[in-house]
Amino acid sequence: MNNHVVTLKSINKQYVLGSDNISVLKNISLSIKKGEFVAIIGPSGSGKSTLMHIIGLLDRPTSGKVILEDEDVSLLSEKELAKLRNQYIGFVFQSFNLLPRTSAIDNVILPLIYSKVPKSQWHQKALKMLNLVGLSDRIHHKPSQMSGGQQQRVAIARALVNNPKIILADEPTGNLDSKSGNEIMDYFNKLNKEGNTIVLVTHEKDIAMQAKRIIEVKDGEIIRDTKTR
Amino acid sequence: MKEIIILSFKSIWRNKVRSALTMIGIIIGVSAVIILISVGQGIQNYITGRFESLGANTVNVLPGKVTLDEGFTGSGPNFAGSKLTLKMAEDLQKIGGPINLVGAEADFSATVSYKGESKYTSIAGINVGYAKILNLEIEEGREISQTDIEASRKVAVIGKSIQEKLFGQSSAVGKQINIASEKFEVIGILSKIGSTGIGIDINNFVAIPITSAGKISGSDKIQVISIQAKSKDEIDETIELAKKYLRTKLKDDEFSILDQSSLLGTITQILGVLTLALGGIAAISIVVGGVGIMNIMLVSVTERTKEIGLRKAVGAKPSDILTQFLIEATTLSISGGILGILLGWSGSLALNQFFPTFVTVWSVALAFGVSAAIGIIFGVAPAIKASRLDPINALRYE
Repeated sequence: MNNHVVTLKSINKQYVLGSDNISVLKNISLSIKKGEFVAIIGPSGSGKSTLMHIIGLLDRPTSGKVILEDEDVSLLSEKELAKLRNQYIGFVFQSFNLLPRTSAIDNVILPLIYSKVPKSQWHQKALKMLNLVGLSDRIHHKPSQMSGGQQQRVAIARALVNNPKIILADEPTGNLDSKSGNEIMDYFNKLNKEGNTIVLVTHEKDIAMQAKRIIEVKDGEIIRDTKTR
Repeated sequence: MKEIIILSFKSIWRNKVRSALTMIGIIIGVSAVIILISVGQGIQNYITGRFESLGANTVNVLPGKVTLDEGFTGSGPNFAGSKLTLKMAEDLQKIGGPINLVGAEADFSATVSYKGESKYTSIAGINVGYAKILNLEIEEGREISQTDIEASRKVAVIGKSIQEKLFGQSSAVGKQINIASEKFEVIGILSKIGSTGIGIDINNFVAIPITSAGKISGSDKIQVISIQAKSKDEIDETIELAKKYLRTKLKDDEFSILDQSSLLGTITQILGVLTLALGGIAAISIVVGGVGIMNIMLVSVTERTKEIGLRKAVGAKPSDILTQFLIEATTLSISGGILGILLGWSGSLALNQFFPTFVTVWSVALAFGVSAAIGIIFGVAPAIKASRLDPINALRYE
């Protein structure tokens, strides 16, 4: 077994828009190793979000292979992909995407509902994650009762609760003020130091600079792949 | 699975007002079905009960050709041209065997009076057998005896209402009353009872020996011969014997033998169809309620597009989403169904104060089954829509 978490091989993604075929990703190959902290950066429309969706098994490439650890997942069914997302991937979104009118702890429990983790462990696991993001005193708060930064921390706890192989964050600081944004980035740094693999999509240079590896995407192609540290 | 059920309940609870409003359609539909069927069934039971109190083991011989079993187009009895006689009743009684009692009745209407008070009512000339078949109970005095009949005595047994009308609180037994200008001695008073039997109001009953009735009307013809079989099982045999005997005296179109149970069967059948029709009309409103559920579920899917996308992203399979929304729809319809059953049940209990209603188990089961089925049928389309949402688009949805 190699230490690659995700490997993409010659990924192409095209959309049919009317009579036109629009190429969003062109022949992309890359692999992400265990423990890496990667930032995918690019202007809007560059294809970085589509790339992240393909890595996160939310979208399928038009051609090419997606390999998760050693398994080719390109041809798996909806149902099997859902299972893999549940076990391997933790998502953090720009707009937090917490369930409204649902307490922080229940939001964190959400991925566990669809997992094989026995119910008796749910509460304890969720509590541990909320503790990790410093929200153990707010477990019964609803999203509407929390600040943006706190909501994003709940979302991070949710992404972590199933102990994923990779954390995918799509513009996680996009909806936050810079102080809260920095706080969130500190959590990502901390998580990475603890051995978590993190892939971050952003269009902000300073945010990307905090990652160890920066992949620049433009017009559906990787134009630069650099290690910062 | 259990978790998904809890999820569905939570989501219904979160939208309490909307859920309640959605359920109203089903509640009204189900309660209407139960109430209407209970009314139909109540009337059916009432009529059946009345018939049975007359005696399910009794058959009536009527004059003329009676074809009730052909429904509304059949012809009724020919009382005016009756060729039945008391002698026939007596002969039938002598046959015995499965025949227990033979009653004979000759009816006419006349004024009954005592001093200043009078009442126009129907007078029944009866024999001993008929009094027994009707189960007449004497409260005071005695009943009409065989001797009264043989001697054509001018004696009468009167119902409680007649007594009260003519005599008020004073005793009537032994007094002379006028029936169609003839003097009759009151020999007995019938016990007051709630009316039993179709067309016979015991409280307004005036019974005289059938032979005396013949003298007043100037005809020895009688209108009805009632034959009571020893048991319900011997009815067919009784009918055969009666038919065989009557054919020796009468032409086939001069008499008819009417089996209570076949008449009852026809009435029950008509009422059954009526009940079903009523229930069917009410069931339409359950379907309308189902459309209401579908509507609100579709709204709910659109509203929760983002939630569905998120659930899929964190690992919900399409089938998990499908189940969640299907359970929501079914829970709405089943809860509506249960509330409707409670409402319908109490409604028909309340109606029972005014006329007979009877809640049948099958109508409750049917209403419950239909409401559950409606939830599934109308919940499927929104649930499939939800399960097929693309997670990426769903997450982007604002």
